[in-house]
Amino acid sequence: MIVASELGQSTSGAEPAREAAMIDVRGLRMRYGSVDVLKGVEFTVRRGEVLTLLGPNGAGKTTIIEILEGFRMRSAGEVRVLGVDPAKGDEQWRARLGVVLQSWRDHGKWRVGELLHHLGSYYVPYSTPERRRPHDVGELIEAVGLGEHADQKIASLSGGQRRRLDVAVGLVGRPELLFLDEPTAGFDPHARRDFHDLVHRLSDLEDTTILLTTHDLDEAEKLADRILILADGRIIADGSADVLARRVSRDAEVRWSRDGEHFVHATPDATGFVRELFAQYGEEIADLEVRRTSLEDTYMSLVRQFESGQAEAAVREFEEASR
Amino acid sequence: MNTTLTAIRAGLARGRIELRQTFTNSQDLWNYLFPTVVFLVVMIFMRNATVPGTNFSLGARTMPSVLGMVVAFGGLVNLMMALTVEREDGTLLRAKAIPNGMLGYLVGKIVLVSGMTLISLVIVLVPSLFILDGLAVGDLGSWLTLAWVLLLGLVATLPLGAVFGSLFSNPRNMGVIMLPVMGLIATSGIFYPITSFPGWLQGIAQVFPIYWLGLGMRSALLPDGMAAVELGGSWRHLETLGVLGVWAAVGLVVAPIILRRMARRESGANMEARRQRALQRVT
Repeated sequence: MIVASELGQSTSGAEPAREAAMIDVRGLRMRYGSVDVLKGVEFTVRRGEVLTLLGPNGAGKTTIIEILEGFRMRSAGEVRVLGVDPAKGDEQWRARLGVVLQSWRDHGKWRVGELLHHLGSYYVPYSTPERRRPHDVGELIEAVGLGEHADQKIASLSGGQRRRLDVAVGLVGRPELLFLDEPTAGFDPHARRDFHDLVHRLSDLEDTTILLTTHDLDEAEKLADRILILADGRIIADGSADVLARRVSRDAEVRWSRDGEHFVHATPDATGFVRELFAQYGEEIADLEVRRTSLEDTYMSLVRQFESGQAEAAVREFEEASR
Repeated sequence: MNTTLTAIRAGLARGRIELRQTFTNSQDLWNYLFPTVVFLVVMIFMRNATVPGTNFSLGARTMPSVLGMVVAFGGLVNLMMALTVEREDGTLLRAKAIPNGMLGYLVGKIVLVSGMTLISLVIVLVPSLFILDGLAVGDLGSWLTLAWVLLLGLVATLPLGAVFGSLFSNPRNMGVIMLPVMGLIATSGIFYPITSFPGWLQGIAQVFPIYWLGLGMRSALLPDGMAAVELGGSWRHLETLGVLGVWAAVGLVVAPIILRRMARRESGANMEARRQRALQRVT
């Protein structure tokens, strides 16, 4: 199992660094009535990391993020966010967090700039020499790509523009730790790419640690330094997109053509296979393509099974594939 | 800088901004003007009738009573509506996500609702002064009485609005509270003197703030002689202070507890569930 091996390595080496962890979750459990939604979730987020919580709908992603935000009480387990138990976090603690909520139609009569300016004003007393709070509203509006809409009424924004505003609201206090729950829901591909750029900029320039949830693997791969896959109330995989991809699929797919004819071959040792291929045919080989059976294939089959109610089987299979 | 003070100041700014917004959209303007026009028409029709036992214009007696009702209604219903609607649409959750945001939100709402109530009161009062005869508005005392009744009325009804607004999670269920409020208005001697009602009904009406707000407003704007046709033949200022004061005290103790409980329970998942329910109703 990935979790065990990965955690085994990282915790033994990084035990002192736990102090500096932005988020530290141990044995987190959540139970609604008689249903266990989270069954012992464990992970750590280091400063400056972009971490994605990936999982099918209903896997408990939002529950985790809401527990971390201090919006929801957990049933059991130890949770530290910026060194504080979120259930006991005060306003000082809250000022260091950014929360991007799913919005709907709130503040419809407000203008974009007006609302950001207003919400920003709460952060003034929490400004420090290293981190000036709040964010400059003009800059922030530009950064999320709402420059032309600063004076527009919020009710008149499109869905995608509204979502950008949500992100801007989450950033207005210049957070050290930013939570994004399904940030790109309802984005068109262009807005999605802009948003990805913004996330990279935040993590590079502002030293913002980011935890986001998504059910879109592609997004997780593009954004995250590290991906946690959550299913059936547990974290079933933890690693970079690259590491996960390698774990999940030992077989790679090699495609080539020779004399106008196309070939496909699956092999665990793509490099060796291609070396032999060239040794044998040399310059006759064209259109060479080597592709690992993607993490996506494996993830998609997990999601499919999960949605058809075979959660445990799905998880077992996934773990089998990634062993 | 003091963080609480910052939030209060932000809340004041918030209230001002939202109050200004009520002048720039047709829905809010309609909500100001429609009831005003209805009240004025009612008073014009009542102008030539007289209060039983006097030759004083019933319309002129109704006007201050209506002002009392406007205060009760404004404090209770406007705040209740705002809280339920803004809980559903996520405004409250946003406030919860920023430091001291709930405090700022609440201060803003109090400023907004008080401002809206004051505006509703003024737009009924000012035209009435031209239409109706016999009002005692010549001396400072009248206005001072109006001011303290208004202020105490808001302090008595705003916390109630906050409590009911916290208890109802669905804005469309508010009929449950609106019907009794309407019934209470009908029995509180707003449009017709309470003296002609049976004793038990008078008893019930005198438990609630609406009757006392109407009485207080009448004491401010009617000639002193009109006290004779009130219950007990007096304006009963002490009793008005007492009853409104008790409501205010109870409200100020209970409201923060209920508000805190409501705020603690707010989460994105709850809001999403409400949103889904609302969308289902739309489609």
